[in-house]
Amino acid sequence: MREITIPISDETIRSLKVGEPVTLTGVMMTGRDAVHKWMIDTFIKQTRQPQGDDLEVYAAIKPLLDHGVIYHCGPVVAGLDTKEYKFVAAGPTTSIREEPYQADVMKHFNARGVIGKGGMGPKTLAGCQEVPFVYFHAIGGAASYIAQSVQKVLGVYKLDFGVPEAMWVIEVKEFPVVVTMDSHGGSQHAVIDEKSRKVFEELLAKA
Amino acid sequence: MRNLTQEILELIRRTSTDLPNDVETRLRAAVEKEAPGSAARGALETIVKNIELSRKNSTPLCQDTGTPIFYVHYPEGMSTRALKKQIREAMAEATRRSYMRPNAVDAIYDKNSGNNLGGDEFPYIHFDEVDADQPLTIELMLKGGGCENVGIQYSLPNSQLGAGRDLKGVRKVVLDAVQKAQGQGCAPGILGVAIGGDRGSSYYASKEVLFSKMGTRNEDPQLAELEERLTDEANQMGIGPMGFGGETTVLDTKITGLHRLPASYFVSVSYMCWAYRRRKMTVSGEEVIYD
Repeated sequence: MREITIPISDETIRSLKVGEPVTLTGVMMTGRDAVHKWMIDTFIKQTRQPQGDDLEVYAAIKPLLDHGVIYHCGPVVAGLDTKEYKFVAAGPTTSIREEPYQADVMKHFNARGVIGKGGMGPKTLAGCQEVPFVYFHAIGGAASYIAQSVQKVLGVYKLDFGVPEAMWVIEVKEFPVVVTMDSHGGSQHAVIDEKSRKVFEELLAKA
Repeated sequence: MRNLTQEILELIRRTSTDLPNDVETRLRAAVEKEAPGSAARGALETIVKNIELSRKNSTPLCQDTGTPIFYVHYPEGMSTRALKKQIREAMAEATRRSYMRPNAVDAIYDKNSGNNLGGDEFPYIHFDEVDADQPLTIELMLKGGGCENVGIQYSLPNSQLGAGRDLKGVRKVVLDAVQKAQGQGCAPGILGVAIGGDRGSSYYASKEVLFSKMGTRNEDPQLAELEERLTDEANQMGIGPMGFGGETTVLDTKITGLHRLPASYFVSVSYMCWAYRRRKMTVSGEEVIYD
C-alpha cells in the first residue's frame, strides 16, 4: 500500500485516483462542525469579529494546514484532567455536513486532504480539482483501530468548543484510508449514488 | 433499595466497547460475501478488527458513543427517581473513564456539558412498571449521530414515490430511505421501521424495535415477509459497506405497527449503524446478569 507523508505535495495529490487505498503519516488536525463554521465566519466570510484567542489560534493552525490535512473527527480523549492527552477512540464523522464550507476552507488554508466518511458533494468535488485536494475515506466506526495509528497528541485548540469539536493536533503513522474523491473530478460516491438510484427506480416499478 | 451505580456503569462499558454476539456474527458473515481485494471487503475486515480490539482494550467501538437510550423495566414499588439518579451518576462516571465521549451539547448555547448529562432528556430514560416479583431489567442502546441523521419520517401518501397508505407504499418509502442514506449512516445498517402512531410515538417505536436480536421476525407473517424483502431489495441497490459499493448494505430490517389517527399514516425509519450497540442487565435479588 502506498504511504503518503504530510505535508502532501501537489504532484502527489494529482497522482491519487479514486479507489486507491493509501496510508497517511505525519501531523494533521481534527476539525468538524464548529471549527468549519468558526473558520468561515471569522476568517473567510468575516461576518464575525475575531474574539478571545481567535487570532492566535489562526496563526498557529495556518502553517499546520498549509499542504496539510483536516480530519473530520470528534475523538474520545483520555487524560483531560492531567493534560496528558491520549486518543482512545478516533474514527471519522460524517463529512457531508461540511459541504457548504469545505472547498472554501481548503482554498483559504491551502490544505491538500480531508479525511472523513460518507463522501461529499459537487461543491467539494469542484474544489478538489481547483485547489487541489483529495477526499480520503476512513472506516466509519472503526474508532479503536484508527486510534492506534495516532502516535501522539501534540496539542489542542479551542477546547471550549467541547472535546469532540476542538482542533486536536495529532501525529499519525500509517493511518489507513481510501481515496474516494480525487482532484480529477472522480467521485466514488457520485458513481454509487447513480448506480443505486437506477436499481431503486427499477424496484419502485415492481409491485 | 440497592445502589446499582457500579453495575449500571458496567452495562455502559459493555455496551460501548463490546458488540453483541448476534451482530458480530452477521458482520463476520458479511466479510465473506465481498470480493477479495475490494474496498467493501477491506472495510468489513477493518470493522471486525476494530470489534476485537475494542473488546480487548475496553475502548469505545466508535468515538461517537451516541445518544444513550435506556429502557428500564422496574418491579412495582421500586423508586424510578432513585434509578434515574443512579443511571445519571453511572453515565457521568463512564464519561470520566472514557467509555463515553462527552456528547451532550446545549442546542441554544452550543455548550458541551462535559459529562453526558444534559437537562432531563439526556440520557433518555424510559420506565415501564412490571409485577413486584419480576426482576429489574435495564436495556441500553447507544445510537450514533451519523446514523441518526439519516433517519427519516414519511407521511403517506407520497405522490413523488407513488407510495399509498398500505404495505406496498411502506416498502417504497423504506427503500427510498436506504437509497438516500447511501453510506452516510455507516452501512451495513439495520433498519427499524414503525408504521403508524403520531410523529413522536412513531419515531420512538422505530428505535424500540431495534432492541430485539438480529433475525427476530415480526409475528405477523405479512410484516415478517416485508422485513425479509426489504433487506434483500436494499442489498440489491449495491451501496455496500461504507457506501463503497458491494453486496451488504443492510444486515436486517425490523418492522412494528402502531395505531394511528384516521388522518395520519406515518412511516418512520431509524437507521442503525453497523456499530449496533445494545446490551441488557437483569437484576434478581443479589444477582446481576449481563446478556
